[in-house]
Amino acid sequence: MRKNGVKMIKIKAKDVDVFYGKKQALFNISLDIEENQVTALIGPSGCGKSTFLRCINRMNDVIDICSVKGEILINDFNINDKSCDVVRLREKIGMVFQKPNPFPKTLYENVSYGPTIHGMAQSKQEMDEIVETSLKKAALWEEVKDRLHEPGTGLSGGQQQRLCIARAISVKPEVILMDEPCSALDPIATAQIEELIDELKKEHTIIIVTHSMAQAARVSQNTGFFHLGQLIEHGSTDKIFKNPDNKKTQDYITGRFG
Amino acid sequence: MNKNKEQLLNKRYKAEQRFRLYGLSAIFMALLFLTIFIFKIFSTGYSAFQKTWLIVPVTFDAELMMLDQNPSKEDLQDADYYDIALKSMADLDPNANEDQENELKRMVSYFFEKEIKNELLNDPNLIGKTKEVYLTASDDLDQVFKGNYPRDLPEDQRRVSDYQLKIFDQLVANGKVESKFNISFFTNADSREAELAGIASSFMGSIFSILVCLMIAFPVAVLAAIYLEEFAPKNRFTDFIEVNINNLAAVPSIVFGLLGLGVLLAIFHLPRSTPLVGGITLSLMTLPTIIIAARASLKAVPPSIREAALAMGASRMQTTMHHTVPLSMPGTLSGTIIGLAQALGETAPLILIGMVAFVNTIPGSPMDPAASLPVQIYIWAESAERGFVEKVSACIMVLLGFLIIMNLFAQIIRHKFEKKWS
Repeated sequence: MRKNGVKMIKIKAKDVDVFYGKKQALFNISLDIEENQVTALIGPSGCGKSTFLRCINRMNDVIDICSVKGEILINDFNINDKSCDVVRLREKIGMVFQKPNPFPKTLYENVSYGPTIHGMAQSKQEMDEIVETSLKKAALWEEVKDRLHEPGTGLSGGQQQRLCIARAISVKPEVILMDEPCSALDPIATAQIEELIDELKKEHTIIIVTHSMAQAARVSQNTGFFHLGQLIEHGSTDKIFKNPDNKKTQDYITGRFG
Repeated sequence: MNKNKEQLLNKRYKAEQRFRLYGLSAIFMALLFLTIFIFKIFSTGYSAFQKTWLIVPVTFDAELMMLDQNPSKEDLQDADYYDIALKSMADLDPNANEDQENELKRMVSYFFEKEIKNELLNDPNLIGKTKEVYLTASDDLDQVFKGNYPRDLPEDQRRVSDYQLKIFDQLVANGKVESKFNISFFTNADSREAELAGIASSFMGSIFSILVCLMIAFPVAVLAAIYLEEFAPKNRFTDFIEVNINNLAAVPSIVFGLLGLGVLLAIFHLPRSTPLVGGITLSLMTLPTIIIAARASLKAVPPSIREAALAMGASRMQTTMHHTVPLSMPGTLSGTIIGLAQALGETAPLILIGMVAFVNTIPGSPMDPAASLPVQIYIWAESAERGFVEKVSACIMVLLGFLIIMNLFAQIIRHKFEKKWS
């Protein structure tokens, strides 16, 4: 979104290095993410794009041997700072994973879990409303409104992924991270999710990691190309796909490697 | 070339057939042993659930009982029943001499006086009248009636004399011997007399021990497993702990018995022979089993569930308590029940802490002396009397039944919790 022609920067990564033990996985990544836009991260397998994504909500903390250096500023606040509370951070930054991973609980419990632990609803009614709006925003409400108290694991793959999106947006995050959200889905479900992403960017900043260049071209406004742990090039999706500066980007886009 | 290939293919098929045959024969062998084992136990044990009674006419003679006219309840309690009891047995053969009268007395349990007393206490109007009373037959006659007694042995090698057999056969011919369901086997505590011995004490002892064991082992083991699996950093120290837990699971149970003896009894002076000490000792043995089962089932919870919860902003504690632990519960619970079943069948450590003592009272709490089912089996198997042979098998049947019910319970829990969501 541009205010008075100036890009609003939501996330600013500065010189981010990531190590798995002694092996360095990301080298010196500096990247700006625009607010209320979809940013796609593309690149061949093992290039570090998922690792970078997981830096943004500090999911790498879970991995014992993983260490992150450098600054990631969200609203000008460094999330790698010691004073940053991970629980609060993750409340603001939702995440959708590669494989749909609903909790083995009811649909309702899946969506209400986040608001419950963050104390976002004072009454049952408020909670019902949150669940309904979240499911509506995830374009799932019409399909499941009669079976909210059935297990979430009983849905189809695409429905499960939309349930996970509903779960992520139930706490009204500012940023949604998506780690190859469509790689386990069929083309119809993929199309539904892509449509949804387009809708969600009105209220959220979205970063999506994808293997499919076509998908990146369809859903994103900005694209970053990763290769061997380095950010080779980033810029508007139009430019990256039509007129990249770097030869490697050109080769990857045109399918010469990867 | 082609021919070679065909030969090779045939060879492969044959190898598969052979392998199937091996597997089938292994299963067949296992089933065969199991059948023999169960058949043997049932065929020797089933008769213990029947008890032989002699029906003897008893004359409640007020004079012999030293009772006045219109006796009160207390008078009846304090009355002398020995003489009428003796007389009614002696009356079975009017021509008996003194020695034979003694033998007649030994045809019933030493409890017979009390059985007669109870009869009168139930119905005080019997004074001065004659009634046929059911008296517990001695264990040897019980075996004779059940056909387990070698009657053709020379008399001096038998505990039943020819005279007793003659009278007994007369009673049988007159229909004065009856076999009924053996309630006292379940309601009596242990006794030196086989006809009176029951499993009530050891059964209650086992239940109390298992409860104590469960209450200590389950919370400790589950907390340890959760900490090790979800919170502990992976370093040398936790590796060391893990190796030692696995070692602990392989320690012979008698070692835990020595520990109970040396620490619980010698240092803490807990009451000897009690289910409390037994349960604590067994819980030491069960701990590693439950920890290993709980850790395995925590490990089996897909990491994607943890990630989902963490990414929603749940703390580690919330992730563990809301998602991981509930999902791991079926595995943990069935591991727990299997551990308890193991503890239930354990004998050696209980012998060391004194639960092998002869206990003829039924324990009312874990602080009372008691035996346990496997120890009871051990005690009876050591006894010389023929009457205990069937009791051993019967006790094994009860123990097996107990174990089967527990395992069934484990299965039910597994299915109930697992089916719900997948």
